[in-house]
Amino acid sequence: MEIDFENEAKNYPERGQVFDFLTPEQNPALNVDKSVLLYIESLSVSFDGFKAINDLNLYIRDGELRCIIGPNGAGKTTMMDIITGKTKPDSGLAYFGQTINLLEMDEPAIAQAGIGRKFQKPTVFENLSVWENLELAMAQSRDFLSLLRAKMSVEQMMEMSEILALIGLEEQIDKPAGALSHGQKQWLEIGALLMQKPRLLLVDEPVAGMTHQEMDKTAELLRSLAGRHSVVVVEHDMEFVRNLSEGGKTVSVLHQGSVLAEGTMAQIQDDERVKQVYLGE
Amino acid sequence: MIRLLDQDRGGKWLIGSLLLAIVLVPILNSLPESSSLHIPTYSISLLGKYLTLALLAVAVDLVWGYLGILTLGHAAFFALGGYAMGMYLMRQIGDRGVYGNPDLPDFMVFLNWQELPWFWHGFDQFWLAVIMVMLVPGILAFVFGFLAFRSRVSGVYLSIITQAMTFALMLAFYRNEMGFGGNNGLTDFKDILGFSLQSDQTKIGLFIASAIALILGYLLCRAITTSRAGRAVVAVRDGESRARFMGYRVENIKLWVFTFSAVLAGVAGALYVPQVGIINPNEFSPINSIEVVVWVAVGGRATLYGAVLGAILINYAKSYFTVELPDIWLFALGGLFVLVTLLLPRGVTGLLKRKEVE
Repeated sequence: MEIDFENEAKNYPERGQVFDFLTPEQNPALNVDKSVLLYIESLSVSFDGFKAINDLNLYIRDGELRCIIGPNGAGKTTMMDIITGKTKPDSGLAYFGQTINLLEMDEPAIAQAGIGRKFQKPTVFENLSVWENLELAMAQSRDFLSLLRAKMSVEQMMEMSEILALIGLEEQIDKPAGALSHGQKQWLEIGALLMQKPRLLLVDEPVAGMTHQEMDKTAELLRSLAGRHSVVVVEHDMEFVRNLSEGGKTVSVLHQGSVLAEGTMAQIQDDERVKQVYLGE
Repeated sequence: MIRLLDQDRGGKWLIGSLLLAIVLVPILNSLPESSSLHIPTYSISLLGKYLTLALLAVAVDLVWGYLGILTLGHAAFFALGGYAMGMYLMRQIGDRGVYGNPDLPDFMVFLNWQELPWFWHGFDQFWLAVIMVMLVPGILAFVFGFLAFRSRVSGVYLSIITQAMTFALMLAFYRNEMGFGGNNGLTDFKDILGFSLQSDQTKIGLFIASAIALILGYLLCRAITTSRAGRAVVAVRDGESRARFMGYRVENIKLWVFTFSAVLAGVAGALYVPQVGIINPNEFSPINSIEVVVWVAVGGRATLYGAVLGAILINYAKSYFTVELPDIWLFALGGLFVLVTLLLPRGVTGLLKRKEVE
């Protein structure tokens, strides 16, 4: 089923207001004057001699939806690890906006600066309920003492309900997250990501293990998020990427740790080198 | 306070029984000895001892059950709290010691020391002892945790380091030069706050103090685990790296809970010492910390009241078996642990919960 999302959006002009709780919280230190949200320049990292990332350059515009594809071992996950502070690169730069140097920060600091990450495998807190999962993800002070005293405000309550409606888990709020189906877990994780109100969402293989129906829903959601957030999607499923990048969105192809080609899906598919290493079409 | 126990049937039972015991035990003790309901004073001290051990188990459950750190060194914090209280009790002896020296505890006279070491000063004041009971284990846990959590030591390695910590403290406290009585430890206590430790009233008072400490400790732990911070603690246990990517400072959360738990263990130790009348370096021995973990496992992890149940159950069994069947006691304990691990992975409380569901 093909949905023309651009026209769909025009039919619902008030839609932006409905979801204004999704508006990311502006980090005061974040500076996007040049309308580029994420700078990655000549980044390299190697593990035991293997160059996982090799002179990688990548720029994510503010509000952009970017798909990143690439064969296994192309360095997609390592790139996300570097952006989120899990892995430190050997050389290169990674800036969030003009001023925030990601390489000097650890994971919690980067998350609090406004970068949210969704993992390949759905990682929810299995022993906590759906509600509690979202509650923990909520944009709030992460300090232990303030968490100890934290009470749910009415606004937060409404925010939670809206996200629950968006991810379609209203019926399951008291269920432990571990009891959800695979697709529901993926959605819960996306919902948790949205609760963090990040400026940049890194989404690693969001549709792995989803049904076609769920995939369409996910694509719709991710597209509706772009604009307010920048969304970087790493995905294997070409059908999904094609769907997602409709309307001339940029797709980057990663190969052996650097960007092989960049352009619209049509341009990518015509690229000889891409055909050679990846598409094989 | 009531709201803390809202969803906690076990907790309601526990606190109800403790409050009942606080009222009933002194009454039953005052009955004539011929009555079948009479509770002898030594039983009260024994019960009071169990309650302090139960508080230690609650502290361990908070760290192991909720935070997921298998601590094999919590008896060290317990013993440190005990030593702080023991020092106060030593100073209360005054010139009633064997050597009759009003300025120095007996063991120092025996070692031919001329004056009180600097760290013993002030311990004749009860308030200072109380502060130290909490401060010393707290500071040790804070420093230990700060170093261990910051370098992201976890799992088995962390458990082994906690064992090493309590073992090192044991060896240190065995040394006479440390100034804590060497292998004899601190004993021969006379009175606390002016009340003779030998009197029935004081023993009952200590029992009540232990029960109140357990109630308060339980409620505090419950306040943590039912708050949003408690859910963050569970999140750290179940998905440490995800909690980090969500922006939680995992090290800080661990440090807060670990330190709080150590303070709780210290308080338990301080109430334990006057009821058993001695504190010596054996309390630091690694096997003690492991035993506490067994209590929690038998009772059921991450329930808090399960820890209390496990501690009281096993310690009662221990007292019973060491009298009735002294030779097989250790086998009984070992067998019990094996059985519980095999048949009741969620402990005794897990069994009760399953019954409830059915």
